[in-house]
This record gives sequence, structure tokens and C-alpha cells, in this order.
Amino acid sequence: MHTILYLPWQGRTQLAPCSSSESKFKGCTSNHYTATLEASVPSKQRLPKKVMALEVTQILLNAQSVDGSVRKHAEESLKQFQEQNLSGFLLSLSGELASDEKPVDSRKLAGLILKNALDAKEQHRKYELIQRWLSLDVGVKTQIKTCLLQTLASPIPEARSTASQVIAKVAGIELPQKQWPELIGSLLSNIHQVPVHVKQATLETLGYLCEEVSPDDVEQDQVNKILTAVVQGMNSSEASNDVRLAATRSLYNALGFAQANFTNDMERDYIMRVVCEATLSPEVKIRQAAFECLVSISSSYYEKLAPYIQDIFNITAKAVREDEEPVALQAIEFWSSICDEEIDVLEEYGGDFTTAVSDIPCFYFIKQALPALVPMLLETLLKQEEDQDQDEGAWNLAMAGGTCLGLVARTVGNDIVPLVMPFIEENITKPDWRQREGATYAFGSILEGPSPNQLTPLVNVALNFMLTALTKDPSNHVKDTTAWTLGRIFEFLHGSTMETPIITPANCQQIITVLLQSMKDAPNVAEKACGALYFLAQGFEDVGPSSPLTPYFQEIVQSLLTVTHREDAGESRLRTAAYETLNEVVRCSTDETVPMVLQLVPVIMMELHQTLEEQKLSSDEREKQNELQGLLCGCLQVIIQKLGASDPTRYAFMQYADQIMNQFLRVFACRSATVHEEAMLAIGALAYATGPDFAKYMPDFYKYLEMGLQNFEEYQVCAVTVGVVGDICRALEEKVLPWCDGIMTQLLKDLSSNQLHRSVKPPIFSCFGDISLAIGENFEKYLMYAMPMLQSAAELSSHTSGADDEMIEYTNLLRNGILEAYSGIFQGFKNSPKTQLLIPYAPHILQFLDLIYLEKDMDEVVMKTAIGVLGDLADTLGSNAGSLIQQSLSSKDFLNECLSSDDHLIKESAEWAKLAISRAISV
Amino acid sequence: MAPHDIRRPFKRAAISDQQKRRELSLQRQAQNRTEAQLQARRLASSILSLPNHNSEPQPLESLDDLLPEPIVEEPETDAGDITDIDIRQAAKLKGPEARRWFASQLMLPEWMIDVPDRLNYDWYVFARPSGKRCFVVSSNGATVSRLRNGCLLHRFPSALPNGARTKESSRSAQSYCILDCIFHELDQTYYVIDMVCWAGISFYECTAEFRFFWMNSKLVESGACEAPSAHHRYRFSLIPVYNCDHEGLQTAYTGAVPYVKDGLLFYNKHAHYQTGNTPLTLVWKDETCSQYVIDTDNKGQVPNQQQVVLELQDNGQLVTSDDPPVVLGCLNAVFIQETGLHPGNLVRFAVNEGGLTFVDGKLEKADLQYLGKVHRARAFADSYSKIVFQYMVRHSPLRIEHLFASMNTASEQENKTNEMEMVG
Repeated sequence: MHTILYLPWQGRTQLAPCSSSESKFKGCTSNHYTATLEASVPSKQRLPKKVMALEVTQILLNAQSVDGSVRKHAEESLKQFQEQNLSGFLLSLSGELASDEKPVDSRKLAGLILKNALDAKEQHRKYELIQRWLSLDVGVKTQIKTCLLQTLASPIPEARSTASQVIAKVAGIELPQKQWPELIGSLLSNIHQVPVHVKQATLETLGYLCEEVSPDDVEQDQVNKILTAVVQGMNSSEASNDVRLAATRSLYNALGFAQANFTNDMERDYIMRVVCEATLSPEVKIRQAAFECLVSISSSYYEKLAPYIQDIFNITAKAVREDEEPVALQAIEFWSSICDEEIDVLEEYGGDFTTAVSDIPCFYFIKQALPALVPMLLETLLKQEEDQDQDEGAWNLAMAGGTCLGLVARTVGNDIVPLVMPFIEENITKPDWRQREGATYAFGSILEGPSPNQLTPLVNVALNFMLTALTKDPSNHVKDTTAWTLGRIFEFLHGSTMETPIITPANCQQIITVLLQSMKDAPNVAEKACGALYFLAQGFEDVGPSSPLTPYFQEIVQSLLTVTHREDAGESRLRTAAYETLNEVVRCSTDETVPMVLQLVPVIMMELHQTLEEQKLSSDEREKQNELQGLLCGCLQVIIQKLGASDPTRYAFMQYADQIMNQFLRVFACRSATVHEEAMLAIGALAYATGPDFAKYMPDFYKYLEMGLQNFEEYQVCAVTVGVVGDICRALEEKVLPWCDGIMTQLLKDLSSNQLHRSVKPPIFSCFGDISLAIGENFEKYLMYAMPMLQSAAELSSHTSGADDEMIEYTNLLRNGILEAYSGIFQGFKNSPKTQLLIPYAPHILQFLDLIYLEKDMDEVVMKTAIGVLGDLADTLGSNAGSLIQQSLSSKDFLNECLSSDDHLIKESAEWAKLAISRAISV
Repeated sequence: MAPHDIRRPFKRAAISDQQKRRELSLQRQAQNRTEAQLQARRLASSILSLPNHNSEPQPLESLDDLLPEPIVEEPETDAGDITDIDIRQAAKLKGPEARRWFASQLMLPEWMIDVPDRLNYDWYVFARPSGKRCFVVSSNGATVSRLRNGCLLHRFPSALPNGARTKESSRSAQSYCILDCIFHELDQTYYVIDMVCWAGISFYECTAEFRFFWMNSKLVESGACEAPSAHHRYRFSLIPVYNCDHEGLQTAYTGAVPYVKDGLLFYNKHAHYQTGNTPLTLVWKDETCSQYVIDTDNKGQVPNQQQVVLELQDNGQLVTSDDPPVVLGCLNAVFIQETGLHPGNLVRFAVNEGGLTFVDGKLEKADLQYLGKVHRARAFADSYSKIVFQYMVRHSPLRIEHLFASMNTASEQENKTNEMEMVG
């Protein structure tokens, strides 16, 4: 990509400012030390060029001192050393790590600094570090690597473990470059002769290595060697538990390398046998690690599992019933993971079993295991912990089992109902709260999956019971689950598409009364009641002008506002749930109730106003205040979008526009990414509702818009702001022109940045189209910048052969953005005397369209946009485009394919393109 | 290598409301972008468009269009103001203004008073159905037909794109159609004679050749030609269009059609759809192909004298509906005052014995006698070509033989030209 430093349409020189925040806390991992190291400001003070090894030890120890000034000085020294002599610095660190005479603390820190000198989380920084390592002197690198390998034999476990991780980082850089080819060989050369602790360290190193390196960068014979060593280390004949544990954990990472080995029956049988045996180890950590391997195998090698599934079931069932919780949780996770796989496969089947759409067949493991699996999961439901609903971090057997039961229901549908109903009937009225809760949870779990026909009669019977339980049951836990179950009933069985309504005029009032009553219960119960109300409202979304909720609308809104003011609304995310439900109630309001939504505007504005008036808050209070502002901005956004959608309400809303905008501007003074994002989204909705009048807010708003576009770090704020630029373009049309120089400058910088998250780039391209469509031929001055950007991005998007699904998806997004830019630019220039400026770009665009067509991996959206661009090109360039299109490789085929598409939108675009091309050719 | 966390969301909805807000915003933005694009694609290349119904939820038809047309004297304003308005303004027009606007959107054929050159090369011909000429507009789940004067004829569901509220149509709120039709009372059918917009795509700047081609394929595809049903109250029908060669003209002139013929329409193949009078579409009739060759009066009787309708100008001149208008006479101020006429009024005259006098093919003098003001529903004065055609019908009609004959001479001329070129 191009790096834009100076844009000539600017009156003044605009150098890309190197923001000071850029270098702050980047690549920060678990260690606070490196973070400060990178953030510290270079000092003028000179250090001696050579720091003796002894001094390094002391400095490393000082850097962990409790005394802040000692620590700071040590950090400074290390930084100086690194800057003045990188090779020497890294050499001393590796020497420090390798030396058994040094204190363990200095060795550990030396290893950590080494590790952080090789890798960073942030992509841009990571790339720099890789380049820096590769450019080091070969002799230096060899020496460092020797030290690292040597450390694996150290008697000190921390030193070995640290070295393992650093070796893996070096391998992660060098193996893709075909460097360090002897690494794996030398690690494994004498694995059978070395002492136990070296064997353990070697296996651990292999595990880290497999985590760092892509399978593509390791030759199959080396993979074979790794797997052989790892699986042998896991074998029950291995006497050392440390070795066995290290091997089992390494296998978890190495599984991704075992594609070929899993297709070989003998090898796969062997691996599976060893893993299954390891689940029976007397050592709990080994059993846990072995089940983790099974979980990983269940998703990576689902289609290879048929011969083993019976044995695995027996092993997991035993673990769930008898083993310690961490092991039992992994055993349940195995079945949850199998459900995930089968749900995916069955979704791809799309109910059409006659054609094999998916590469992977469904083996119906869950269906086959059902009679044994369901009772096992139901047992877990009774093993709840007290107060698990109040504990955010809780995860126990009952929760895992219940979650798995829900997934099983989604996988098999109706078949689960008869297996679960007896359990529910038996337990739902028992005196022990665990039984009532377990039964209720079981009912809630199976509401997604089975057909509504199957469930509706059951729900009709259960509904009254649930409503009574929610009011009267003495157990908080039971009430929590009951309210959650009601929410699930409304989510899956209530709505305009249902044949038999669950909610009738006869029970509607009672349901609402109970839910509103429960919103006064303990925070966790009230939160679930809000959730139930959310789905109750959602189900009435497209009910027509008159909604059954109308008579209760005022009361519901009032109750929700009351909840937001509860003292304890900060617990169990109650306040958030109340605002979210309020949002949904607003979204689902109808013509009858929309006047009440309008009345809500000053109420929410007043709340926001109050948060803005609060002064001198502690950091804790400020965080809470920010959260509340985020919720209020979110709520206003939903209200504006609702009221902006029709003319009468939009006009009525306009009386508040100035005040609301004022408040949003004040909100930007707060430093919180979430709040900025919410306020930005709300402003987008406001721009759409306001139309050309939004121009009056631009002078005050512009700087925040620019700030948003510069926010690389919180890229979601940047992405949302890009979207708002589009809203503003459509609202202001040609009135946006005075702001375009600044906006285009920022957008071009964003595109040039290596730091900005890639997901923001496609919408930026689309935004070019929005701008051009708004300002028409005035886009001329940006053409010479925008067009090369588009062109190079288009070329970049074509080098994706062998890409994975994620890459293909991104490529489609990127191409759609590029194409939307072209569409906007061509349409913007239409009927202008300057259309000839676009002619030079036409051949490349047509080639791009050829490429998209010939690669065959476009999605429907790209297809629609692409064929539209062909039309826009013809429409705007007229006869100038005619011959180019006729000469292009695949325009005709592309067009014909789109014309015969089943997708209505593609067809519509194609017909338009056909017309435009016919006109262009006929002239 | 620590154990891997396997916690899954518990008692939580699949997506957070914040994520939902984000996604709904993106959806709205994507939809607005698409609409802006479509608007750009349609707007700039057409004289007329219909509103984008999502941002302009106001329906095209106001309520008063559903009621019987009120009998009120419309203040006549300069039609030019209305024809130039932007489409978004057009969408907001109601009642009389909407009528006037639509009244100015039809392409009106001139009467054939002499045979155009290259009739058999550049022209189509077809038999015109007898009935009410109208615009049929489908949009926003309803279909509306408006007569030549802009008045509402029917409001009904149809199989045209977005012409009825059905599940399929709801997804394409963008699309609308405008067809130029003749409603034939006998079989309650709309005969489509031209296509102005189809599924939101404007055909204004397309040649007749192109329009007819699309009209033929699209109309059948839409199901609009099928028998009436609950969602499709009137049948639409295509008309066989012929190249205006000897055979085509003969077929159009004498061939059997399922409707009552009212003359022949001639379309120049290369002409765009143009509002108002155009010499590139022509109408011609004689007794063989029309029951109404000579204009009748209100009672359906052929009057003894030819009658013409002219518009009174500020300066007392009496003009035709052509652009620029042709002046056929002048009223003096005293007469205007006595009869209570106002500028802009349409006034009916009889052509007296003096008739129309032509010099070198140009009208020089007309002997007119004042009859009175015309019925208020009438929107236009007669065109010059109509007046001349009616005069010729009564005195020396242009016969079918003349049309056939012109083809022979045309082909002879063609040959001659070729020869000359070869020699030259």
C-alpha cells in the first residue's frame, strides 16, 4: 500500500503525525516489564558500551526490585543496552539464561526479554521484530540458539521451560524461511538416551513449536518424527509422569500437524489408543490433558471418529460420573464439541439430504449415543453449586452438562423430548431446590431444536406452572432458571411465524404482570426477567400496526426505567439488561405506541445530562459513569433510528435534535472507547434522520469525526466512524464538500496504515463511493489518490490462492468495498463533462471484474455489486466503454450468469447492467 | 502449557444487544447506500422517476385520488413549471397537480398528414386498440392508471413488478413500472403500447426498437399477461408490432386482432420516448381500420362542420397544443370580455365554409366560428396535425394506397441513390 504523507489539495502541508500514543503499551504480554521498557522515553544519558555479564545479572535482578526507583533505573539501563548493541544484548541474555550459575530470577527474566524481542501481539510490531531477528549476524544467532538448546538440559525447571518458549519463537521466525533446518533433528536425535528432565523439556519445546509454526512449514518426515516422539512419551510404558504430561500437552498442539497420520489407519489407531489410555492415567493432570486432546480431535478429525466413538463414550461417561471436576468438564466438552460439528454439518445440509453439499458427512454420533448420553447429562444437572448464578466466573458440572444438553437438543431435534420429559415431570415439584432447578433447566435447554409442533403443547401446560414458580418459589436459583426458561420459550416459540401462539389475549396480561413483578426480585432474577421481556417484545415485532403489548407499553417502559435506577442495578449486569430490553421494546413499538417512544426522548436525555454533570469522580465511579453513558447513547441510538424511519415521527423528533447533538458532543469529551462507539452510532442515526440540516452540526462535530477516523487502536470506533461518514454524505449530499479534504486525508492515511485492523479497510473503500456519490465531479481531485489505492487493493485481493475460509470471506468483503467505491465514483461522475477522466481506469476495472468472475469464489453480495459496477461503467462512460466491454474476457458470460441467477438482487442489478451496456453499445 | 479454558456462555443470548445495535446500524447504512446507488442509477438518466419509498414513505397516490374526481374548476397554471420538477417533488404532488403532471408525461403521436420518408425502413406499424389512452404506474404494492388528462382511471392490484401487496413484491420496494397503455373496455384489458419504466429502470432514453424488445420479454415474464386473479385484476396484453414494409402494413391494416381497431400507429424505430407531441410517432386512420375517422360531438354525431379546440392566449391569439404553438386566429378584447373568456381557456370553434387555406404547405388562414368553452375535463387544445388531418379527411384524405405507394418510390429512390454512388 502507498504511504501518503502529503496531499496537495491541502492548503497546508499535512504530515502524518506520529501520534504519541502509538508506542504505548504495544506487544505487552503478561509481563509488565517489557511494557514499560518500550514506553520509556529515551534519555540523553550515555551508558558504557560494554556491559559486563555480571552487571547484566544485577540489572535483571534490579528490574524486578520492589523499589520503584531501582527498578526504573534498571529498565532504563536495559533499554540503553538494547538500543546501542542489540546483538550483544541478546547474546548476554541468552548467556544468562543458559548459565546454571546464575540466579533463577535473572535467568527467567532474561528469557522473557528474549521472547519479547522476537514476538509481539500487534501485527505491525511483530513484523518489525521478525525482520530485526532475520537481519542479525548469523554467528550471533547461532550462538544464541546454542545457548537456548543447552538450557533445555538445565536442572532448573523454570530455565528449561523459558528456553522452550524462546526456541519456539525463534523457530516460528526461522522455519518459514527454511532456516534452522537441523532444529527438529537435533531436538530428537537422542531423545531416548537423555535424562528424564531433558526429555520432558524437549517434549515441551516440541509442543510450543507446534503452537508457533504452521504445519505448512514443517516437512512430513519431520512431523512424523515429532509425533513419534510425542506419542511414545504419552505411552503408558513411560515411567515419568512429568514426561507423560509434557508429551500429552504437546500432542494437543501437534494434532494440527497430524493430517496425514490421521488418514493412515494404523497410525491413527495407535494415536487414539494412546490418547484413550492416557485418559485412564492415575495422574489427574494427564487425564485432563488427554481429554483436551480428545476434544481437539473431535473437531479436527470428526470424520475419523466412527471406530472409536463407542469407547470414547464409555471413557467420557465414566469420567463425568466419577472423575474430578476439571476432567469431567473436559469429558462433557467432548460431546459439546461433537454437537458443534454435527450442527454445522446438518446446517450445511440445509435439510436437503439427497445432495451432499458438505465435504464432511454427518455420522449422527449424537443421535446414536442419545439413549445413554441424555441420562448422563441429566445427572449432571443436579450437581449445581450454591449461588452459581451470582458468580460471573462460575463453570461447573451442572452448567457444562446443561449447556451440552442444549446443544444435543439442537443436534437431534424432536428425539430428545421423550428422553427428557420424564426427568422434568419427576423432579419439577420436589422439595429439594436442586431437583426443581435441574428439571426447569432441562426444560429450558430443549426449547431450541425440537419442532414448535412438538413443544407448543408442552409449553402450554408448563407456562402457568412457570409463572407461579417465578412468583412463589422460595429458591432464588429456581426463579433464575425459571425466568431464563420463560425467555427461551418466548425466543423460540413466540412470534408471527408460529402456527399456534403461545401468548394469547387470555394469558398476556398475567405474563407481563409476573415479569414486571420479577424485575423487583434479586438482581440475577430481575436480569433474567428483563431477558424474557426482551424476547416477548421481539416476538411481537412484525405483528402489524396494533400490538398486544400496546396496553402495557407505558407500564413496561416505566418498570424498566425503575430497574435502571435500582441501587443494586450494577450487579448481575441488571442495568445493562434493563436498557437492552428497553431498546428492544422501542424497536418493536408500533404506530400506536411510537408517540410514547417520542416521550422517552427527553427522559433518556435527562439521564445522560445528569451523567455529564457529575464531577470529581473516582476512577471506579468514572468507569461506572462511562458504562452508563454507553447504555444511554445506545438507547438514544435505537430511539433515533426508530423515530427516523417514518416521516411524521421524524418531524416530531426534530425538536430534540439540537439538544441531543449537543449532549453527544459532550460525551466525546469522555475517554472511553465504548462510549465513543455508541455516541458515534447514535450520530449516524441522527444524520440519517436530520438530512441536509445536519450541516449545522458539522463545524462542532468535525473534530470528533476526525478523531474517530484516527483511532487505530480502538479500531471499532474507527470502523463505526467510517460508517458515519457514509451517513453524513447521504444526509448532506453536496453540502459535505467543505469537509471532504479532511475526511479523504484521514481515510487515505487509514488505508496506508499497517496498524489499522484490516476489517476497517473494506468499509473505507465503500466510503469513497459514498463521498463521490455525494459530491459528484468534485471528487476529481481525489481520483489520483483513490484510484491507485483501489487498484492496488484489487490486485492484492487476487493473491489469495489456497486461502482458508476466513481469508476468502475477507477477500469478499474487500472486493465488495472496492466495487462499491467504483460504483459510487462512476455514478458520481455521470452526466458530468469530466467523465473522460475515468476512461483510463476502465481497462483495469474490467480486468478486475474478469478476475472476480474467473476465480469463482465470490459470494452473492460481491456478484451483485460487481455486475452493478459493469453497468455503472457503461452508464457513465457510454460509447467509450462499449468497445472495452465487448473486448473484455468475461463480461458477457458474467452478465449472463447473473441474469439467470435465482438471487433477486443479483438479477435486478444484472438487468440494469444489461440495459446500460446495450445503450452504451448502441450509441 | 496450561490447560485450555472450555467455558461456554451460560444462560446468555447468542448475541449481545450492543452487537445487535452495531449490526442494525450497518444494515441500515448498507441499505441506504444501496438506495442511494439505485437512485443515482435511475435518476440521472431519466426525465421521470418515482420516489424511493423507503425514505419517502408517502404513497404516490393521495387519498383524494381514491374519491371520485371532484367537480371543481382548476386554476390553469403554466404547465411548464410542472414538467420540470424533480421527481422527489413529483412524489408529493396531490390531486389536481398530480393529474397535471402525469398529463404532461405521455408521448402524443401527431396525425399523419403526409407520409414520412423511409416509412418501410425506419418505422414500425401496429393497429391501435380503441379505448382510453392511459399511463399505468405500479409502485409500492399498487397499480394505478391515469388518463391522458391525468385523471385516475383504476386503482388495482396487478402482476406488474411491485404492482400488488404480495410477499414477493415486498422485497423490491425500489422497483416500479410505468407503461403506456390503452384500456379496452370490451375485454377489460390494458393493451400495452409502450414501456417507459420497468422494475425501476427508465427506458426514456432508449430507442423504440429497444423498448419494444424489452417490453415483449418482460411483460410476459411478469405474469401480467395472464388471466385476472385476486392479485391481478386486469389482464395486460401485448400488441403485435410489424416492420412497416408492405406486408407489415397490410397485416396491421387488415389483419384480425382481439380488440376493436382505431387506426394505425407508426413508431420511428430510432426515436426515444418523448413527452408531449412528437412527429416521430404518428397516427393514421380510415374507415377500414377505424369507426371514428371523423370526429364526433358530445352526442356521438358527426357534426356538419369540422370542430376544433384552441387555447386562448393573453394576447387574444388562438393556438394549438403544439410546441411551439401554431396560431389559427385571434379574438378581440371586446369579444373576450363579452363571452367571459380568460387566457388559458380552451375554446371550441367550427370551421366555416372558408375552410383552411394553405400556401406552400403552410397554413395561412382559417375561417373559424365561435361555439363556446369546452368541458372542463379536457386538458389540451387540438394539435395542428389533428386539425389538418380532420380537414383532409373531410376534403382530400390521405389513403392507404398513398402509404403503400410511398414504399415503392422510397425503394426506387434507394436504388437510384446506390447507383449514383457507384457512378460517383
